Amino acid sequence: MSERSTTSAAHAGVLRISLRRRATDHLATFVAALTVVLVLLPLVAIFTYLVYRGIGSINWAFLTQTPKPVGEPGGGMANAIGGSIVILAIASLLGVPVGIGAGIYLSEFGRNRFGDLIRFTSDVLNGVPSIVIGIVAYSLVVLRQRHFSALAGGVALAIMMVPTITRTTEEMLLLVPQAIREAAYGLGVPRWRTTLSITLRTATSGVITGVMLAFARVAGETAPLLFTAFGNQYWNMNVNQPTAALPLQIFTYAISPFDEWHRQAWAGALVLIILIVGAVAAVRIAVRQGSFAGAN
Amino acid sequence: MGNQALPRPRLTGPRPITGREVKAGPKSRSSLLIHTSSGELADRTFRFTMLLCAAAVLGLLVLIVYELVVHSQLSWRTFGWSFFVGHNWDPVQEQFGAMPFIYGTLVSSLLALILSVPLAIGVAVFTTEMCPKWLRGPLSFTTELLAAIPSVIYGLWAIFVLVPLLRHYVQPFLARTLGWTGLFEGPPYGIGMLAAGIVLAIMIVPIISSITREVLTAVPQHQREGVFALGATRWEMIRIGVLRNARAGIVGGIILGLGRALGETMAVTMVIGNRPEIARSLFAPGYTMASVIANEFSEATGDVYLSALVEIGLALFLVTIIVNALARLMVWSVTRGQPARAHV
Repeated sequence: MSERSTTSAAHAGVLRISLRRRATDHLATFVAALTVVLVLLPLVAIFTYLVYRGIGSINWAFLTQTPKPVGEPGGGMANAIGGSIVILAIASLLGVPVGIGAGIYLSEFGRNRFGDLIRFTSDVLNGVPSIVIGIVAYSLVVLRQRHFSALAGGVALAIMMVPTITRTTEEMLLLVPQAIREAAYGLGVPRWRTTLSITLRTATSGVITGVMLAFARVAGETAPLLFTAFGNQYWNMNVNQPTAALPLQIFTYAISPFDEWHRQAWAGALVLIILIVGAVAAVRIAVRQGSFAGAN
Repeated sequence: MGNQALPRPRLTGPRPITGREVKAGPKSRSSLLIHTSSGELADRTFRFTMLLCAAAVLGLLVLIVYELVVHSQLSWRTFGWSFFVGHNWDPVQEQFGAMPFIYGTLVSSLLALILSVPLAIGVAVFTTEMCPKWLRGPLSFTTELLAAIPSVIYGLWAIFVLVPLLRHYVQPFLARTLGWTGLFEGPPYGIGMLAAGIVLAIMIVPIISSITREVLTAVPQHQREGVFALGATRWEMIRIGVLRNARAGIVGGIILGLGRALGETMAVTMVIGNRPEIARSLFAPGYTMASVIANEFSEATGDVYLSALVEIGLALFLVTIIVNALARLMVWSVTRGQPARAHV
């Protein structure tokens, strides 16, 4: 009886104090919710503005023609879209195999100090400013070739893709249960075959998602292309020549003083976002539908 | 009833082995399955190839350092340490001092941190601790989406939306209310340090908040339950039980955001005004290390000029490497369950 009264007294005490504390609690929740709104505001603003300004300027000519001289209306970014595709293809060809290979090493053989070193290196490499990568690609490729080229741009973007792919591939391969590997060993399958046909295949969808993340990240990169791919006002499919790229073209047009070019910059930005989101979504759907599906 | 009418199904699959093949079976199988010398060779080759790929990651980093060091030698030998304290950037006279760019990089990044850290932590706390479960996924997905927008599109948006907004509304207001500090004075161009700081802040919020979220999730559940059991409200639980334990990791996330802000190029170049001078007011145009490289590298005439730009790149690289390494260590100290005090 007495015990009960003391607890209820304590309870009342708690209630009395908790008025202020509860107010603080509600205030904190409110402030946190407010920050969410504040952060989502620019996102919404950017997307609505992008669609609002871009949609009116995308037409057949924009997608199929090369830029017109200043003052003439019309023209498009076909060369930039094509150039971006070429540069990204080079980057993927160079970067994806190395990244996946390094990821395989880390997850299957990398439980040692060298593995830790590589893990740390790739995390650090991930944080290297893209403009610095541009300088390196310039001195590696452009200085040797003596002119700007799509190849140099591809090399710059490939360097940026490797660390991301390495880390996601490792993560995805580590998710594959050890028992599956052991089952393969038990059947007498050699280790390399197990890794490629069992482990990697089981993790395919995850690995591809990682590759797409890296792809999406470099697809919008402008800084490393400024003095590697350089840009081009004309159609060019020669990998040894200066090549236009969509982000470069958007940059050039955005800082120009011409309204017509501003309009096209918005249209280009919308196309770029659609290409990035489209590429990622297409691969995600393909993975889900099973064309690349692994054992799970 | 219909079974009899149907023709016998034709077997196309593997047929049972008969006759001689059965006798040969065990022998051929053993040579196929048990690790033979050729199998071991294949294994070793495979392992070696993967090792090469991993070594390539390390090689890339070494290559970056090598190229930057080699190509900045000329500038380093000409100017020495005075390169980093000199105020004069004059390509015509071949006089190069990087101070205005270092100043611009530091100020714009610090401004971005001041603006984004409270927001990012608020978002992370809300998504991990406060919001209903069903909202968690969509919310974190949308904040991640901010990180997927290319830098050049942020710049485009900033030029045409943010800058006019600043010029017409925000800057006159700031000048009226906070002008006495000296930080907000001068003509409101819109373009300048303030615009760069705000764009950077928007760009690094997703990085800081995703790391913070990761760290908060790593705080053990019994910490929360323990503080609740002492009669804490939710906010007290978050403050005492979660944030305090995750401190090192959150600081790591902030430093990681700083690393990104320091190296960010395009969006900043488009709105900072690109004038190499040091001004106290945040309304004034400035210049950053990354944007001077972006603007002048392909037009640099003369070996010293080019070399000076590479040296700025090297400095930027070293700073971001140190910042990132520090941040990784701090995040790892929390998410790997090691004692947090080790790095605080």
